[in-house]
Amino acid sequence: MNTIILSAIFGVVMMFSGIFIHNRSAYKSISSVALLLLLVLNITESQGSPLFHIDTTNFLHFDKFGLLFNSICIFSTLIYVMLSGRDIEKAGNNTAEAHALIFFVLCGIGIVTSYTNLLMLFIGIEILSIPLYILTGSDKKNLKGNEAALKYFLMGSFSTGIMLMGIAMLYGSGGTFMVENVVKNGIVSYLSALGMVLIFIALCFKVSAAPFHFWTPDVYDGAPAVITSFMATVVKVAGFAAFIRLIEGRLGSMGSQTDRLIAIVIILTLAFGNLTAVFQQSVKRMLAYSSIAQAGFMLFSLFAVNDAAKEGLLLYAAAYSLATIGIFAVLAKMDDMTLEGFNGLSKSQPLIAALLAIFLLSLAGIPLTAGFFAKFYMLSAVVKTGKYLGLVIIGVLFAAVSAYYYFKVIQAMYFKDGNIVLAPVTARFKYLLLFVAVLIVVLGVFPNALLSFLYF
Amino acid sequence: MIPVLLIVIPLVTGLISFFLKEERSAKAFALLSSVATLAVSLISLFQSGDSLSTDASWLPMLGSRFLVSLDGMGKILTLLTAVSFPIIFAATYNNKYKNPNSFYGFMLLTQAGLMGVFCAMDLFLFYFFWELALIPAYFLCSKWGGEKRIAVTFKFFVYTFLGSLLMLVGILFVYFKTPDHSFAISSLHNLALTAGEENFIFWLFFIAFAIKMPVFPFHTWQPDTYEQAPTAVTMVLSGIMVKMGVFAVIRWLLPMFPAASVRMADFIMIFAVVGMIYASLIAIRQDDMKRLVAYSSIAHIGLMAATMFTGSAFGMQGVIFQMFAHGVNIIGLWIVIDVIEQQLGTRKFSELGGLAQKAPVLAIMFVIMSFANIALPLTNSFVGEFLMFNSVFNHSVVLGAVACISIILAAVYTLWMVQKVFYGEVTNEERITLNVPINTQLMLAILVAVVLFFGVYPQPMINLCAETVTKIIAQIK
Repeated sequence: MNTIILSAIFGVVMMFSGIFIHNRSAYKSISSVALLLLLVLNITESQGSPLFHIDTTNFLHFDKFGLLFNSICIFSTLIYVMLSGRDIEKAGNNTAEAHALIFFVLCGIGIVTSYTNLLMLFIGIEILSIPLYILTGSDKKNLKGNEAALKYFLMGSFSTGIMLMGIAMLYGSGGTFMVENVVKNGIVSYLSALGMVLIFIALCFKVSAAPFHFWTPDVYDGAPAVITSFMATVVKVAGFAAFIRLIEGRLGSMGSQTDRLIAIVIILTLAFGNLTAVFQQSVKRMLAYSSIAQAGFMLFSLFAVNDAAKEGLLLYAAAYSLATIGIFAVLAKMDDMTLEGFNGLSKSQPLIAALLAIFLLSLAGIPLTAGFFAKFYMLSAVVKTGKYLGLVIIGVLFAAVSAYYYFKVIQAMYFKDGNIVLAPVTARFKYLLLFVAVLIVVLGVFPNALLSFLYF
Repeated sequence: MIPVLLIVIPLVTGLISFFLKEERSAKAFALLSSVATLAVSLISLFQSGDSLSTDASWLPMLGSRFLVSLDGMGKILTLLTAVSFPIIFAATYNNKYKNPNSFYGFMLLTQAGLMGVFCAMDLFLFYFFWELALIPAYFLCSKWGGEKRIAVTFKFFVYTFLGSLLMLVGILFVYFKTPDHSFAISSLHNLALTAGEENFIFWLFFIAFAIKMPVFPFHTWQPDTYEQAPTAVTMVLSGIMVKMGVFAVIRWLLPMFPAASVRMADFIMIFAVVGMIYASLIAIRQDDMKRLVAYSSIAHIGLMAATMFTGSAFGMQGVIFQMFAHGVNIIGLWIVIDVIEQQLGTRKFSELGGLAQKAPVLAIMFVIMSFANIALPLTNSFVGEFLMFNSVFNHSVVLGAVACISIILAAVYTLWMVQKVFYGEVTNEERITLNVPINTQLMLAILVAVVLFFGVYPQPMINLCAETVTKIIAQIK
């Protein structure tokens, strides 16, 4: 509850600070402090002492999983704001509003990680999406950005409509908006199945799973790099939290065909994301496709829906968000976002190159980084179910493909020569990036450091 | 405690090495570190019991523990690793590298990964180190290698990474089949698998190991990588890293899937023997010293791969013995090749000749190493190869007979190389001098001594092997 209420309040505070404070670099500080406060209060809530005692009439249920997910999202956002605050200022003229919108997104995340009622899911998804449509177009003079925003808005509204339709059907079949199994006489009604499929499609759209991903490359590429960073990480993983709550809650009333449906989506997502990413010349666009590929791996958790899957999803959310935010933070400082632009980075900026290499290794899932355990948990969750071992094998084959395009960036940085143009970076930026890399390595050796929060 | 030291010393010193500024200090530091590791490894030979194993909690939720231990085979391979690195560092002490601090840092990290692989008694930990050895090797080859290094190393990386990932699926599968959900080697010996499952998982593991060894037809990455890698790294790759595959089959594959190993034995042995002949024939046609030795290495590893699946105790001892012997021999050959390449700037037979007149000592050393490569009596390889051929022959006369052809072929290409490079007409006379640095000579002398010592008196090593082999054979039966 803390997250939902406070992030809404902080959002309003940020908007007003836009009126009263005209020093643009101050917004970043205010925002960082507010996020830190939010993080602390969210953690205290997960320790069992919430600030607000509000009767949500069972519309929301704050369990450890949802709260830990909030913590990860808030922490990632904090890192994001601290690393990329400067670039947010450059992305548009309304910096304070941009920060305010980020808080509203967090409010939406707070809802979708803890809902038990489909109406709350709908509201949460909307609160989360609408600020994003605005943020995508925040660079008003950039034509590509405008196109991306409009595209995102149209497609997003469509998917919301589909979701609403699905919710209506579920209500029609079961007479309730609660996320629960409605099975009469052991038969799942057609209306219920169809409704579930429609919601499934809408959520697939939100997490950019194939074949509902077509908006992703254009939007991620068109939006300012700094906004893409936020969309591709925090928002995307929050979508998965919503997804797994839905699937878990209605597992008993979905019929045996669901496995097959999810398996097909996983394979399509992995295949499309990975194979297209291989051919990209622009690193930004490559990361857009790679985010689809990573979504494919996170989808494994929806296939398995067991404890290992939920733990894995948390770990994946942290590993993926931190690494991607780190890469985007550096990317936003570069003039040339193609692969050639990275040539020789290790000579001019050895530390940044080394840290980028760690982030990329983590995304590729190499041991000693958090990304390895994230993938490991996902695979382990599926193997544990004992169904479709072939799916796991397809998964690892595509993981090997993903190594190909991540390593291309490493090759460019380390083994090729070039004159790189990097906007000046402060020492603080470097230290923060180093901190993120250390976190990734620590999670890569002791993943329990994060997961033990689930149990204590 | 000892296995932990073997892993931690190179790991920590490797990380420190990245921050060293001067070339001289980086070199000296790496050498010092590797000598310290060697000392620990030598001590391990005289230890038994508790000091050889460590068991600590690592990932309780996953059921994986930090379980490291040294048995006879572990001792031999950690010794090989510990011996090789100081020799490699000392023999190539005069070589110049760009960014020497990173070079030596990555080398030491590779050593840490290798030590971990040879000590791990927990399958998950094993996987962890298996990958850990690969990453620094990737950087070493890509950054300091020859002209085509980037593409070639990448092929090597993708190949082995793909293999590892398949193994990861296999690891997960067997984990859920253990009675107590653990990765410890003792639990993995009691898997309840149906025949179909066992066959399937067997292949997931075996492909990973076969790529690493490499066994025909998974060998295509190897000659290119050996050729393009800087020679010091080639020594690590061919001397030690390929042994990871052989080692892993003996340590994990055979005891975990005894029935499948028997079922697949003939099939794999045929491929291994075909690979031996195939690689030997290609070796004859090479014009580059590095490529020749690379192909000869495929042939030798093929014999080990064939022998492992015969299930005979003598053969298994031969394999373990030969892992050490082959490591020593091939590093010796590489050192000589490195000297020639550094000083004359070429490795091509067509441009070399008559070097024995310029460097008689080098020639003698090289001839002895070559004899060891052919496995003539009095050299260490003779002992290993004899045991191996013997067991292949007992298993199947036809396969044994075909495999024996490779001995002749080995003699053909190895002696041809010796003849072409060191004897015959003197070419490139304008560059008369071939100074073999004293440190290189010393290291070669040590290797020759090891070759001859174990060729005459192999018993201590055989005793070490026997301990492991008895256990494994008991498990398989």
